[in-house]
Amino acid sequence: MSDATANSTPATPSASSLFKQDDRVKRRNAAEKRFKAYGLTAIGVGVTMLIILVSSVLSQGLSSFRQTFVTLPITVTQAEFEAAEASMLKTGKYKKLIQRGLEQRLATAELGDVVSIKDAMGLLSGQAPADLRMAALANQTWPLRQEFRFLANGRVDGYFKGRVTMEIAERDSRISPEQLELSQQLADAGIMETRFNRGFLTRTDGSPTRPEAAGLGVAFLGSLYMMMVVLALALPIGVATSIYLEELAPKNRWTDLIEVNISNLAAVPSIVFGILGLAIFINFAGLPQSAPLVGGLVLTLMTLPTIIIATRASLKSVPPSIRDAALGLGASKMQTVFHHVLPLAAPGILTGTIIGLAQALGETAPLLLIGMVALVQNYPSAPPAGLEDPATALPVQVYIWTTRSDPAFVERASGAIIVLLAFLLIMNIAAILLRRRFERRW
Amino acid sequence: MNDMRLTERAVDTNQLKITARDVQVFYGDNHAIKDVTVDIQDKTVTAFIGPSGCGKSTFLRCLNRMNDTIDICRVEGKILLDDEDIYDKRVDPVQLRAKVGMVFQKPNPFPKSIYDNVAYGPKIHGLARSKTELDEIVETSLRRAALWDEVKDRLTAPGTGLSGGQQQRLCIARAVATSPEVLLMDEPCSALDPIATAQVEELIDDLRSRFSVVIVTHSMQQAARVSQKTAFFHLGNLVEFDDTTKIFTNPEDPRTESYITGRIG
Repeated sequence: MSDATANSTPATPSASSLFKQDDRVKRRNAAEKRFKAYGLTAIGVGVTMLIILVSSVLSQGLSSFRQTFVTLPITVTQAEFEAAEASMLKTGKYKKLIQRGLEQRLATAELGDVVSIKDAMGLLSGQAPADLRMAALANQTWPLRQEFRFLANGRVDGYFKGRVTMEIAERDSRISPEQLELSQQLADAGIMETRFNRGFLTRTDGSPTRPEAAGLGVAFLGSLYMMMVVLALALPIGVATSIYLEELAPKNRWTDLIEVNISNLAAVPSIVFGILGLAIFINFAGLPQSAPLVGGLVLTLMTLPTIIIATRASLKSVPPSIRDAALGLGASKMQTVFHHVLPLAAPGILTGTIIGLAQALGETAPLLLIGMVALVQNYPSAPPAGLEDPATALPVQVYIWTTRSDPAFVERASGAIIVLLAFLLIMNIAAILLRRRFERRW
Repeated sequence: MNDMRLTERAVDTNQLKITARDVQVFYGDNHAIKDVTVDIQDKTVTAFIGPSGCGKSTFLRCLNRMNDTIDICRVEGKILLDDEDIYDKRVDPVQLRAKVGMVFQKPNPFPKSIYDNVAYGPKIHGLARSKTELDEIVETSLRRAALWDEVKDRLTAPGTGLSGGQQQRLCIARAVATSPEVLLMDEPCSALDPIATAQVEELIDDLRSRFSVVIVTHSMQQAARVSQKTAFFHLGNLVEFDDTTKIFTNPEDPRTESYITGRIG
């Protein structure tokens, strides 16, 4: 027994046993652990910030997708319609028609004697008569007889969303605590209800005193038109520039100069592009102010460097052996680029383009300078003519709403931010999916 | 070197295909090829051997003007293909490369189907008038590259999914499909295992019946196995150019002898 152990184990443990970490290794491992901890901390801070941002926007903005409405039976005869249209204050006449409907409704709910009709009318939005007029104008068969859903006043809406309290109402000239109690009664009677607010996405911007009627419709169309202009201009110009610089241009002082300038353009503050757009497109070329066309042109200038840099990077990443193969077969430069290089670079180009578009979609500063910051209450017409009609854009709408004094607009602005973030998220997901779909290995 | 089949082969023709006279190549200030004068015969395999960096690949790439794609590269001297100067101003390199095909060191199939890989050349040069003609060209090219039997059932599969040896044969089929007159091969077997190498070498010997083949190789055994003529390059100079048999058995220049016996390179 003792012989066997003596033979199988070394007499003295060697100085450098693998089971024991020496000091250098210990220090190295400790450094590695510390570095990992720094990384995790950084990620933790980043994620926390993101969660705070998103949750604050969501908590303030989600309520803008719900709105308080008053449902009333409305009857308009042809004679009443013609009389209203012939009068000077058209909406005043329609207001009378709404009041008739409201009285009728209160009577059926057996509230007619309890409340003052003036207080009850005060619960409705100032937008209600205008909405009724639009419906009457669009109406074909008379008499118009319909259950109408009118917007409630922004203060009443705020009461149901918990923003407006009795104490606030006492100090407010536009709503009284009695009216809030009345609105509670109406809600109990089923006349007033809070439901999904499609108008937030489709309506035009409301006047500063009517936050309940404010919607993103015009901003939405304006952003869409601008993105169309940017895509139609920036993608072909950007890709053509990159192909020329990367594949065809000789490498000399001039192309170096162009390259440096393109990289510099990417770093130019966006408001400078706005000044440029104001000076060149509006003052010099005479294009209309506030038009998505001008906005699109300015954003194209801003997006071009992003697209060019992304496209050149993805052209560079195509292995040269593919170019050699095509050239060796007798393909011309153009054929090599269009048959082989461009398809392989397409995922990268698409990603770059979508990221550039997303950047342009969120850009505000240059649009302020070209006059897209306005109260626009008409939808722009269909393109191409609509490209010259006044419009706003999603980020500008956020800016407009945050500058208004009525606290109800804070909710609107947060709601618009949610819509904007949703679009950016969709575009980024599309970029990832496209890249996965078209990525090829060689 | 018992696998040298030096006696088996004879040159079929003495007709000249490519004549190079006093060719100089500069990469910027670097004089890469100095005074190379060489005659390449039709229906012959000519091997370029020499140590790394001696300029054999550079010279090969001059023969179909692939060096044009390198901005700083400058070629002087005369290279005649069938008595026409290929560096003449009137020559379009695209047309030249259709006549002088090339196979590269690393197999580089397009990331497309096997069929599209082979059909690409004929398509861009308008060699086929109909789908059936194109099918025919693809089949004969793949047969000529000894690949048809292995891929005939999966022509629509991606060319990049084949094994290394198959990929290289696909590249040869692709080069053959444009019916070139000269086929340039830049170390076509350096990325292949011995079995694939043997297949490609056999293929080169077959191809000789239709084209003039120029092959750059690191392996002296390969040069000895496949070529009829051998050129030895050293430091940008053409040291010796003669029948393969002569180069390997009785070289005139001491540098050639040192190289083939393994003392330099």
